[in-house]
Amino acid sequence: MLDVTPKEISERSALRINPLKTCQPVGAMYAALGVHNCMPHSHGSQGCCSYHRMFLTRHFKDPAIAASSSFTEGASVFGGGSNLKTAIKNIFDLYEPDIIAVHTTCLSETIGDDLVTYITDAKIPEGKIVVHANTPSYVGSHITGFSSMITGLIHYLSVNTGEKNGKLALFPGFVNPGDMREMKKLMTLMGVKYTMLPDTSGVMDSPMTGEYTMYPKGGTTIDDIKDLGNCELSLALGEITSTPPAESLKNKCKVPFATLPLPIGIELTDQYIMALNRFSKNEVPYIIEEERGQLVDILLDSHKYSQNKTVAIYGDPDTVLALAQFTLEMGMIPKYLVTGTPGKTFEAKANELFEKFGVEGCTAKGNADLFELHQWIKNDSVDLMIGGTHGKYVAKAEDIPLVRAGFPIVDRYVHSYLPLVGYKGAMRLAEMILNALMDRQDRDCADEDMEMIM
Amino acid sequence: MDSRDKVLDQYSSKLYKNRKEHVIQIEDGEPNVIAADTRAIPGIMTNRGCCYAGCKGVVIGPLKDVVQIVHGPIGCSYYAWGTRRNKAKGDENTKNFLEYCFSTDMQETDIVFGGEKKLKKAIKEAVEIFDPACIMIASTCPVGLIGDDIHAVAAEAEEMYNIKVVAFSCEGYKGVSQSGGHHIANNGLMKNVIGTGDAKPVKYSINLLGEYNIGGDGWEICRVLKRIGYNIVSVMTGDGSYAEMKNAHTADLNLVQCHRSINYIAEMLKTKYGTEWLKVNFIGIEGIKQSLRDVAAFFNDPALTAKTEAVIADEEEEIAVGMVYYKSMLKDKTAAIYVGGSRTHHYINLLKSLGVEVILAGYEFAHRDDYEGRQVLPLKMDADSKNIESITVVKDPTKYRTFHTEERIKELKEAGLPIESYDGLWADIADKAMITDDYNQFETEAFLKLLKPDIFFSGIKDKYIVQRSGVPSRQLHSYDYSGPYAGFKGALNFARDVTLAVNTPAFSLVQAPWKSEPTLIGNLGGME
Repeated sequence: MLDVTPKEISERSALRINPLKTCQPVGAMYAALGVHNCMPHSHGSQGCCSYHRMFLTRHFKDPAIAASSSFTEGASVFGGGSNLKTAIKNIFDLYEPDIIAVHTTCLSETIGDDLVTYITDAKIPEGKIVVHANTPSYVGSHITGFSSMITGLIHYLSVNTGEKNGKLALFPGFVNPGDMREMKKLMTLMGVKYTMLPDTSGVMDSPMTGEYTMYPKGGTTIDDIKDLGNCELSLALGEITSTPPAESLKNKCKVPFATLPLPIGIELTDQYIMALNRFSKNEVPYIIEEERGQLVDILLDSHKYSQNKTVAIYGDPDTVLALAQFTLEMGMIPKYLVTGTPGKTFEAKANELFEKFGVEGCTAKGNADLFELHQWIKNDSVDLMIGGTHGKYVAKAEDIPLVRAGFPIVDRYVHSYLPLVGYKGAMRLAEMILNALMDRQDRDCADEDMEMIM
Repeated sequence: MDSRDKVLDQYSSKLYKNRKEHVIQIEDGEPNVIAADTRAIPGIMTNRGCCYAGCKGVVIGPLKDVVQIVHGPIGCSYYAWGTRRNKAKGDENTKNFLEYCFSTDMQETDIVFGGEKKLKKAIKEAVEIFDPACIMIASTCPVGLIGDDIHAVAAEAEEMYNIKVVAFSCEGYKGVSQSGGHHIANNGLMKNVIGTGDAKPVKYSINLLGEYNIGGDGWEICRVLKRIGYNIVSVMTGDGSYAEMKNAHTADLNLVQCHRSINYIAEMLKTKYGTEWLKVNFIGIEGIKQSLRDVAAFFNDPALTAKTEAVIADEEEEIAVGMVYYKSMLKDKTAAIYVGGSRTHHYINLLKSLGVEVILAGYEFAHRDDYEGRQVLPLKMDADSKNIESITVVKDPTKYRTFHTEERIKELKEAGLPIESYDGLWADIADKAMITDDYNQFETEAFLKLLKPDIFFSGIKDKYIVQRSGVPSRQLHSYDYSGPYAGFKGALNFARDVTLAVNTPAFSLVQAPWKSEPTLIGNLGGME
């Protein structure tokens, strides 16, 4: 397993090996799937669309629909305007969405296709909508693309009519439908009226009914996206992912915003609840307090199995940072934190976290890859890894237990239905982490040391 | 109105005009001409991928001892990382790079100022870290647009590091599907790799072409071939390697499994090195038996022929009881198959032997010869096909050798041996089967509703759409992470998996009881 990875670390500036990010368009496609009755559309070669649909379908084990402009060599030379025009007509004729959300690719961006003009010139049936986001694959990562598509939707649709709607606008970050459900549950319990964008719950975790519907029940409605401009406040969860859309809503519709980390673990969920509390002025109901108390109880009961254990966490920047904070709350040491997404915020935030919890010998790196993480581990190993599927080769090569959390998880089931966020999500995470560590103890111990009770 | 009209009539006139040539119902005795390998219509939700996917993803991707650097933004390399199940094993002499993903991860500055410098640096870093015998470079869309000369970079690196460096200009926008990428990969391997080795020919040696070792298929086929006594020179390209492929010109015979993706190399090997090729099908018992007998007939050695029959009898016996059982579970069922460019045909007979009839079939990126047979060649080239480079090779003055005389080959052909011949999907498809070329989401849904097959075989993009409508759905690209499906043992695996799929208990749990039983129980007024 990964036999040719050397222990000696050499400086690399050109060769990316085993990336921890993918390109913008797939993030844009995921965001667009969180809009009700929406067809995501990839303006580029067919391969992009095909790869992105496969990526999302493999993670969610649910259909991920999207169409393509099917560029040929001719379109690449003369521009993709006529391809997009044809695509828009065919999509509305055949697949009848209310809205098409177009994202670009490195192909259409490199040739400089002007999407604004194409969309303005396109024949769009009465009552139907086409929006777009520029998502060049050579800038940022899938996180950037996710964020850009939300911004694109706001840019095209949201309006401040001058009449406040009393709602909170929530940007959930690059998370699973299970997380979005938990965020919504907590808002409902706190008596907060909200619009969440995007909302892939009920789309990418829709139930088996015996009938296929191209547009399942879930997703943020177009009316709600329009009405985002009238929200009292927007709350951006996951600073790196969700700040740009919150800023654009502020710029366009003067909706003030607050940013918070993803609500994973106790303190970060506390911050989320407090923000909801400030918004609704409603008292925190006992059921939330009960969940929180249960979680703290679990951490106290189990601390001896988690405390001082070292962990490597890899994946998307906001997810890694929030997971790291929870492992610190469990008394663990997040020795390596890596993300493939470029940007300086990640490292700065990680270092703040290390300082806050007074842990030493921890390293965080943005714009990094799994190959580098593997080399660090070869030089100084950890007790546990947390991240997506691609880390399982490192975990196997170095014989380290792995907890799957984040994107993508393409080799397991159920993960997308259940939360990591909220106190319930943290309870689930605690169970996964403890099971991984304790299963390892059972597996590795001498027969005479096997414990019946732990 | 028949099913075909019911589906096509829903199209606008423009779409109808295009799609009516791609959707046909088989009429026995008719020529059954189909349009194929033409542009997909924007917005139609085709299942096709791109040229890069065909070149890097399919043909060169499985070469295990090659550091394959994808020159472009990160996505393209990321999506081809471990996603195709082309299994491979390294050993003490063979470094296995298939668990790795290499990319130049181009940034905006590389797009603006050119990416050659970064590519050169990436090659240098790869050489320093991994010391590979061969590096291959695959370019993605923006590389062609900004005009990076990856071939010049490759030539320079080859000189500088004294290793083989091959570049493939397989930008995603080239051609109309993955198919163009297959051709580009075939050309590059033929020009730069095959024939560069100095191994001596060995007796009864074979190349297995167009076998990508999905789920271990290639290993299972090779096990049987070796049991009979053949020497495998190279497998193209499943569990294949640069080291083996260099010597592919030394084989006595080429066997072609996936016709679509590799027929170019088969033809060029024949022209350049004199090696004959036979179309084989190692999927399904009848196919395997016929293929093994054809190979034996080619070599015409009584010992090999006897051993072939002995191995067939032995292998068949091992699976006989199982096959009878699964047939009893599956007989009289109907199926739909949509795969790439060859596999649909390969599975028809296997399903037939299990009592399952294919009533709806199609290809993503096949050409007319894959449907109608090679007798339709040469096909008229359209503008898109002309954009894909076609190379000509000539007889190699030193390495050209033939196993049989021309007269003997003629005799073998007359005796029915499929030398340089392939009859296409039509050879085995049932009368009245519905065929859709470059199938799309709209037609898939519509035909499923009308034709109601009991099981559907396709890829991941369709899988859950179909399963959601209550039809068991298995992936035939990835075998749903099972396999091997090739060979005798593979047939049994396939039969088992299909039986599991159609008998999944959860299908009977879809309906909640309150949907069919009243949940409000009470008395109406005055009934006391």
